[in-house]
Amino acid sequence: MTGDFAFAELLASALIVLGGAFALIGSWGLVRLPSLMERLHGPTKASTLGLGGMLLGSVVFFQLVEGTWTTHELLVSVFLFVTAPIAANMIAKVHLHQLKLGKTPGPAGPPAEPGPDSLWATYEAPHKGTPGCFAED
Amino acid sequence: MIGYALAFAFVALAAALAMNLWRLLRGPGVGDRILALDTMVINAIGMIVLAGIADGDGTSFEAAMLLAMVGFVGTVAYCKFLLRGDIIE
Repeated sequence: MTGDFAFAELLASALIVLGGAFALIGSWGLVRLPSLMERLHGPTKASTLGLGGMLLGSVVFFQLVEGTWTTHELLVSVFLFVTAPIAANMIAKVHLHQLKLGKTPGPAGPPAEPGPDSLWATYEAPHKGTPGCFAED
Repeated sequence: MIGYALAFAFVALAAALAMNLWRLLRGPGVGDRILALDTMVINAIGMIVLAGIADGDGTSFEAAMLLAMVGFVGTVAYCKFLLRGDIIE
């Protein structure tokens, strides 16, 4: 019994340490990387993964050490894993929009402009028949 | 043992929050500031989860859930305002 308890505590501790390290690495990337498109990688991947590790550690801790079963953490992690890419996509769209308006080039300079025939999705009006098109309403 | 892990994670998240604050104050563009705020919300959720483990009660996870929802809605609202000049059209 004490062996199981020690293993559960070890597992929860490892997950928490891993989660904290990943969150730190994500913010370190946010500080260090040269342009916004690169900076997006840190928080969207490393920080979300770190938070997932911490939430898993919390599930393991409450299940095996305290003996109570909670699913709130899983709900939080599912919600975060769904919303993080959407938020990152919105921020990337804002960045492209500001580049188009001639604002905020950033220290590494602006990324390559899209050609005249292939615009970024931000600049295109929604096509007819797609869910974003309200022309016929 | 879990105490050492929690102390490490608390220090790591505090350092991460300080870095996000630096990017929030420094960030050359508006997108950088939105990204820094979004990351700060994620790290604050991590802090709440760690505090819940340290206290040993399961009531703080409702706060984490609410912060996850409100933080996402806030980020999308900032982005919508910058993209369209309005939040709810």
